[in-house]
Parts: sequence; structure tokens; C-alpha cells
Amino acid sequence: MKASWVAEQKTVESSLVSGAELFIQGLLNENVDVVFGYPGGAVLPIYDALYKAEMKHVLTRHEQGAIHAAQGYARVTGKPGVVLATSGPGATNLVTGIADAMIDSIPLVIFTGQVATKVIGTDAFQEADIVGITMPITKHNYQVQKAEDLPRIMKEAFHIANTGRKGPVLIDIPKDIAVNHAPLKEAADIHLPGYQPTLKPNILQVKRLNEALQMAKKPVLLTGAGVLAAKAEEELLAFAEYYQIPVAQTLLGLGGFPADHPLCYGMAGMHGTYAANMALYDCDLLIGVGARFDDRLTGNLEHFAKKAVVAHIDIDPAEIGKNVPTEIPIVGCAKETLKALNQTCGEKGKSSEWVIQLSKYRSELPLTYKSNDKELKPQKLMEILHEVTKGAAVVSTDVGQHQMWAAQYYTFSTSNRWITSGGLGTMGFGFPAAIGAKVGRPDLSVIAVVGDGGFQMTLQELGVLQDWELPVIVVIVNNKSLGMVRQWQEIFYEKRYSHSLLDIQPDFVKLAAAYGIEGKRAENEAEVREALAAALASKKPFVLDCAVSADENVYPMIAPGKGLHEMIGVRG
Amino acid sequence: MRRIISATVLNESGVLNRLTGLLTKRQFNIENITVGHTEDPAVSKVTLTVWVEDDRKAEQLVKQLHKQINILKVRDLTNMALVSRELALIKVLTTPDTRSEIKMLIEPFRATVLDVSLENVTLEVTGDSEKVDALIELLRPYGIKEISRTGITAIPRGTQKKILELHPYSIM
Ligand SMILES: Cc1ncc(C[n+]2csc(CCOP(=O)(O)OP(=O)(O)O)c2C)c(N)n1
Ligand SMILES: [Mg+2]
Repeated sequence: MKASWVAEQKTVESSLVSGAELFIQGLLNENVDVVFGYPGGAVLPIYDALYKAEMKHVLTRHEQGAIHAAQGYARVTGKPGVVLATSGPGATNLVTGIADAMIDSIPLVIFTGQVATKVIGTDAFQEADIVGITMPITKHNYQVQKAEDLPRIMKEAFHIANTGRKGPVLIDIPKDIAVNHAPLKEAADIHLPGYQPTLKPNILQVKRLNEALQMAKKPVLLTGAGVLAAKAEEELLAFAEYYQIPVAQTLLGLGGFPADHPLCYGMAGMHGTYAANMALYDCDLLIGVGARFDDRLTGNLEHFAKKAVVAHIDIDPAEIGKNVPTEIPIVGCAKETLKALNQTCGEKGKSSEWVIQLSKYRSELPLTYKSNDKELKPQKLMEILHEVTKGAAVVSTDVGQHQMWAAQYYTFSTSNRWITSGGLGTMGFGFPAAIGAKVGRPDLSVIAVVGDGGFQMTLQELGVLQDWELPVIVVIVNNKSLGMVRQWQEIFYEKRYSHSLLDIQPDFVKLAAAYGIEGKRAENEAEVREALAAALASKKPFVLDCAVSADENVYPMIAPGKGLHEMIGVRG
Repeated sequence: MRRIISATVLNESGVLNRLTGLLTKRQFNIENITVGHTEDPAVSKVTLTVWVEDDRKAEQLVKQLHKQINILKVRDLTNMALVSRELALIKVLTTPDTRSEIKMLIEPFRATVLDVSLENVTLEVTGDSEKVDALIELLRPYGIKEISRTGITAIPRGTQKKILELHPYSIM
């Protein structure tokens, strides 16, 4: 039995404690070390208990900031991020982050206050049906009806959030529930008959995949975030090396397989490498591991892996066969499945024609851009970032061109250093997520790579950097535009730049200064290098506004409706 | 094609909302839905009739439903030997001339008269949907004032032919 904080605080004359105290005890039972949140009327009893318990709480400046921070925290620590917000507007401000966490399978436990049970349904002050609103964007959600249910619900919520296919779970706590008293008891063992994720793979299917590997001449692995969620990096490496299988990665899967490994061909999809996309196009055996074949990855499905036998390893059975017909379905966690595959090994793979061909693509048609002396190229900026941080920093991006450049040019050789909003593509995500990452891993350098547009969606969180003196480095990739929108307008709308140019901008350095944060504007490579080195050495928050070329586009690119083999801009 | 899906769910608040919300989100069109208690008071049974384009979509539907934490069991009954029933209440216009004629007409359907007034009669009929449809068509010429149908509920037969048990899904 875990040490009971509440019991220690009380001379145990009565064993009844408030719902808010049960909440604190529930957090302690789950070893929660930080809550990201924002107070308000409906959560006053809970905030009072937090105060007394001296629980670490990061007060963001907007609830969206809190939930993205919790996401960043979850990404780097592998633990569920915990969020607390008040009822009504506090709760609805979380919605974007909840949807983001749902589609990217990020474990979160979110607590919202609610109006008192007796006024629920009367349109009371700050009442919103957050359980109804978030039903389609949570893995599960609850409204607590009795204080005594809280320990069980919390235990279930943490379990559901961080097992199986991970995701956000929301618990709505009416104000009177936080005040009402109930016995301080540890929750019974979890009993969820409707929730039994399959971890161990069906051994018959594992055998079939091993057999298919013996037959295959052009196998390829497509690895996604499922590898990271399952901590299956070692098993993946062993598997790929044993059979000599080329690896292509999804945007969210970057880091799961070392970028500098000879079998790594980089990111696939809309802005993926030529080698990775051709590997998926041409292969005769495609093994998806913890990747969900979304449309930004596959391009036009008519052309996707058409010559291949498809094997799909995923912990979520509903992902298998959803987008791509699958001959070898394997439901299981990536770690257990790769382990089983490694144990039933067939004949060792040799360096093949196929590997040679893909390596040729990789060396002859690498990612490329044209540099000149006059401008700072955003791609170069990412290369400098890698160099200065020795590729070891946590990189959290926002959404847009800079996100794709970071994915292409930062190159990750370690897992859980890459944080990005993949499925939802949420502008405003990158900076608060970096804050959460720094809170979770203070030992690592954390860089927020943001666009000049997206940064302005959540830049109020500079207040958190100031407050906690968190040494997050914000790198603004400033192209004075909503670059990704501008790029599409240039290519598909005959350069009609409808509302995508941001000529009027704040002075980001002065803005940082207003928060007591040091900042600098960099116009060329030397200035970037110098400022970054100084920022890393200072161990203080820093905002670096980088003036990059404004008309640069992200290439290669697969236009909507096209197949993976129809990349444009392969040669820069 | 039409699919009959049965879901066993925990009898908790919001579970039906969750289930129908999921169908809306994934663009499935519910033709009808029935809900009721089972032998276990904590558990309810939902029977859904849905139109889906193809097997892949049907498989998605079953898998997505199955993912819900408070849905315990999901079965696609479409290819199973099953008994299915639907109940309909039908209010038909009558005149002194037609009243006895209608009585004759409904007899083979084992429909019963629940209520009689000067202008109309209310009938109850139970059976598979085809039977209910057939009766409604027969009564239509007399003038139907109102119909209330429950939707289908179904249960697999005690004995199933082996081939029919073949599960088409890739998870198995
Ligand atoms: C919340 C939100 N609104 C709108 C979009 C659509 N969108 C995608 S990228 C982009 C431009 C982002 O501009 P910026 O942050 O400057 O990044 P850049 O593409 O210039 O690197 C927009 C508007 C989005 N992804 N998220
Ligand atoms: Mg921009």
C-alpha cells in the first residue's frame, strides 16, 4: 500500500476525507510528479487541496498551453501527462489538445471541474457538457457521480490512458463531489471487462510473417510512433539488422530507428525522402509497425505498395485493414511482437540488390536545397541546430514548413527527442509542448522550433519560461508568412496569396524582453551559431528570431491525389 | 449491404450516446436501433441495423465499436443463422364496411387489434421486417394514419452451421 499523504495530514480521528483529498491521493498513487493547469471556480476545492499537498503545478497562461505542455511531458517521459482545468471555458479551451492527443495516441489524464451535481443540466454559470463534447476525442471519459468512486475512476483512467493504444482520458468532477466526504480507501483492482488490449501476438501470424520474409526480395519496414510507445527500439534494430530490412519512418516515428544507421532511409510520405517513398512504392513485402497508414503518408492509395504483401503489426486491431488491405495482420504491442519475430528467426538476410538500389537512391537523390550567401536557408538552420546541439536535444515543433524542415534535417538518432503534432497538425502546439518536455526532462536541452505564425497562437506561455526560469530555447523560423499555406497557394492557386503573408509582425526580441527573457534576431548562419551557443551555455530561456528566406518551399512533395512515386522537387 | 450488429454494453450513463456518436463520426447510417436489458441487470443489449458499402467498412464498424471501453462484446450477426423480430403498431382508417374485412386480412399475420374507435383501429404485429412490411402494404389502400415500429432485435440460433461461423475479419 502506498504511503497516504492524506492520512499523514490528518490525525486519523475520522477516515472520511474530501473528494479533493481523494484526488490528491489518487495522483500520488500514480506517482504523478507534476500537474499542468489553470484554476477557476469549479476547481477551487481541488486547488485548495493542491496547495496543501504542495503538489508541483505548472500554471500556464491558457488551458491550451497546459494540455500541450502535458503532451510534451508525456512524449519525453513515457508517463501520462496530467491536466487540470475549470468547468465551462476552462474545459472547452482544452478541446484542441484533447483531439491532438487522441489522434497521436498520447497518454493524458485530464481533470475538469464541473458545476455542482444538483445544477447540472440547468445551464448554470460556466456549465459545459464537456463529457459530451469530448466523447469522440477521448479514449474514454467519466463524470464522477459520488466522491467514493473517485479512487476507482482515477485508477482506471491512468490505466486506460497508458496501456493498449495510448490516449487521453478525461474525468469531469462536479464541484460538490470535490467537497463531499468519502472513506479514504485504496481502490480495488482494476476490473474492465470491455478493455483487454492484446499485447502478445498470435504466434501463427508471426510464423507467416517470418515465412513471407524468407520469400521476399524487397522487404521494407515502415515504423511509426507505436515503436516508441512500446519502447521497442532495440527489438526493431535487432529485427531490421538480422533480416537486413530497409527502414522507412513516419513523421511521428522519427527517432525509433537511428537516422544514421545504414538501413535507415528516412521519413516517408508527403515530404519524405525519395529513397523511403520508392521503398514503399516498389517493395514486395511491407511490414508496418505501429504506424497507421494515414493519407499524408500513403499518398493516393491506388498506388500505395501495390506490388507488396502487406503485414501490419499494431496494438489497435481497428487500424489493421482500415486503409490498406492486409494479408498478414498481427495484433500486438510492437515490443512483444518484434521479440516474438526475433525468436522465431528464419534464415539471416543478406545484403541484397534491393538494399543496394535504395542506398543508391539515398546517396544520389538525398534531401537537398539550394543555398546562397545572401540568405539564411531554413534547411541550413535545422542543420546548424543539429550541429550545435550534437543531435541530442529534444526538438518540439509547431506546424507548417518549419516542422517539415525540422523532420527532414534535424535527424534523430535517439528516441523520444522528437515532439510534433502529426495527426491533427495543431498550430500553437510546439512551444507549450517544449515547456512540458523541459519540465519532464530538465537534464536535456529543449528547443522549440516554431513558425512566426504558429508561435503567435500560444506565445503567452513565455510567462511560464519567465516564471520557472525554464531554459527552453525558442527558435522562430521567421519567413514572414504562413509558409505552408503560402506554398500551397504558390503551387496550386497560381500564387494568389490569400491571407497568408505576415508582413506586419511584432518585434519578437522586444516581446521576449517584456517577459524578462533574453532574445536575439539572427540574419545569417554566423549569427545563428553564435546566439545558439550563447543560449545553450547560459542555461536560461532564450528567444531566437531567425530571418529565413521567405519564398522557400518544402521539397520533395507529393501533391494531393498523387502516388508516392510521383514526387516533385526531388532535385531541390 | 444491410448488416445486423449486436453489441453487449455496460449499462452506464452515456453508453448509447457513445455508440451512436461513434457511428456518426465514422459516417455509418443507422437504419434502426433497439436497446434493452439482458439477463444481467448491469448489461444491456443493443441491436443495430446499418447500411455499409462493403466488408471492409463492416469490419471497421465492428472493430471501432469493440474499442469502446464500456462495450463488452460486438457481433456481426448478418451471416449467422438468427431469429430476428420487430414489432409494429399500425393505426388504420376504418368504415363500417371495411372493419370486418381488415379483421380477416390481418388474421394470417397473427396481428391483434389493440384499440378500436369509430374511425380507426390500432393493430399490433410482430415478426421479421419483411412480414411487417407486407402487412403494411396490404393495409395501405385503407388509409394508414400512423405507424410506430420498434426496429429489429435479433439473437443467433442455438445451432449454427459451421461455414456460417466463418469470421471474415483479419483480427482473427
Ligand atoms: C490551428 C491551426 N490553424 C490553421 C492551420 C493551417 N495551417 C497549416 S500550416 C499553416 C501556416 C503556419 O505558418 P507558420 O507558423 O509561420 O509556419 P511556416 O509554415 O511558415 O513554417 C497554417 C495556417 C493549422 N495547421 N492549425
Ligand atoms: Mg512562417
